[in-house]
Amino acid sequence: MTELSLPLTAPAPRAEAAAAPAPVKLAARGLGFHYGDYAALRNIDLEVPEKRVTALIGPSGCGKSTLLRIFNRIYSIYPGQRASGEVLLDGENVLDPKYPLNRLRSKVGMVFQKPVPFPMSIYDNIAWGIGHHEKLSRAGMDERVEAALRQAALWDEVKDKLKQNALGLSGGQQQRLCIARAVALRPEVILFDEPTSALDPIATGRIEQLISELKQHYTILIVTHNMQQAARCSDYTAFMYLGELVEHGATATLFTRPSKRQTEDYITGRFG
Amino acid sequence: MAIARERLYLRRRLFNACSLLLSGAAALFGLFWLAWILWTTVSKGLDAMSLQLFTGMTPPPGTESGGLKNAIVGSLMLSGLAVLLGAPVGIAAGTWLAEFARDSRLGGIVRFVNDILLSAPSIVLGLFVYTLVVRPGGGFSGYAGAIAMAFIVLPVVVRTTDEMLKLVPGQMREAALSLGIPQWKVTTQVLYRAALPGIVTGVLLALARISGETAPLLFTAFNNQYWSTDMSGAMPNLPVTIFQFAMSPFEHWNRLAWAGAFLITVFVLAVSMGARFLLLRKKIRHD
Repeated sequence: MTELSLPLTAPAPRAEAAAAPAPVKLAARGLGFHYGDYAALRNIDLEVPEKRVTALIGPSGCGKSTLLRIFNRIYSIYPGQRASGEVLLDGENVLDPKYPLNRLRSKVGMVFQKPVPFPMSIYDNIAWGIGHHEKLSRAGMDERVEAALRQAALWDEVKDKLKQNALGLSGGQQQRLCIARAVALRPEVILFDEPTSALDPIATGRIEQLISELKQHYTILIVTHNMQQAARCSDYTAFMYLGELVEHGATATLFTRPSKRQTEDYITGRFG
Repeated sequence: MAIARERLYLRRRLFNACSLLLSGAAALFGLFWLAWILWTTVSKGLDAMSLQLFTGMTPPPGTESGGLKNAIVGSLMLSGLAVLLGAPVGIAAGTWLAEFARDSRLGGIVRFVNDILLSAPSIVLGLFVYTLVVRPGGGFSGYAGAIAMAFIVLPVVVRTTDEMLKLVPGQMREAALSLGIPQWKVTTQVLYRAALPGIVTGVLLALARISGETAPLLFTAFNNQYWSTDMSGAMPNLPVTIFQFAMSPFEHWNRLAWAGAFLITVFVLAVSMGARFLLLRKKIRHD
């Protein structure tokens, strides 16, 4: 939470950032996942470094979205889905039923594949979540909403129509609104589940740029189908296949000198 | 080979034409009776229209004056109270079904029982309330009438609320829950907003459904030929008045019955159109 008030430093160049060791923010240890009787994930060990972008890649059905959805326990709203093993956020196991669910979700925000603004005004879309977690004055709330919209690079486009219904925005704007909504709660981690797969190339470019800006403040985990996207905007990449984590390392290394045969086959387009 | 294909194609076209003709005829057959009923109601009802209808009370036999004022007001009060009783319970139950018990066994059972209630004959509901409220309460009352009609409102509202909430995309639930906001707040502040036009439509349809109901009132609110807004006693109402006046040998009463039927038809039409309008607006906004 305090990171936000720190003066902004210029982002380090990627190669350097990947080389410099960052503390582990989020970690999976021996993580498994079941949809009913079907084992979707087996024995996943993954360390997500703080304030870096980690991309999860792999063919459809490999479990990358499933893995992402464990980190804020959003899977738990569906009966029959269960996770085993540990997920450590700052060393605390968030899968422990005693870990408060809503506190976890306020620390670990999520942006989905399809932009889903709430059926309310642009302003209220952002303010609603903040209002639940913090009691702010009117002016304080205005400030927070503006800051969130600025961080999501949406402020200039919507500042004159904050009271209008959010459903009137374009797809790309709606997705940035959803990012603003997640950022507004000042989370520590943001999960992106294929955030650009419903957007055109220009909107995609803006979101990717936004992600690289957001990593100054947040730890980012992004699931993507698009290997170029992973290469463009992540510091670390994890390759998953058939419910297992095959390889995980600095993006530059994984894409140029993969250590596993399956990874090489996938990134060179031989399957998937 | 080509000839065989040609013949197959011809046969299909013939079959298609026959099916189209038959289904069109079936639709016309249904519409014909509806048009006839509506035409009779409108023409006879318009004949009986006058300002006195809304200012005069239901007349005693033999007089040529009088109107339906007490019956109209009584019906509005009965229907209004029935919706006030039935709709909140229905919305709550529908919400529970859609949001908290969607795939559970208990939810399935409740949904099934609700469907039975949805198709229960309304006279049975009237008798039920008669034994439950009228007999122990010592007489016919507007409250009993409203309760009987609330049992008709209830399953309609449960069903529509359930269906409308299910239509709200799952991603919206996930997006709202992922902000760390508890489910009750997500339901009442986000999902209701998304499903509101549909839920209101359900309530309006239930209102349209009960406004012409006679059977549940016969044993509960009964009827009253005088002005009465006291819901603890027998209440005047349009459907039972229509029933009595239409069966009577007095021509003026018959005319009033037609007028009442016309009024209910117009009311139902207006409410249904209001409901359609709401749904249409929702569609336009979403596309």
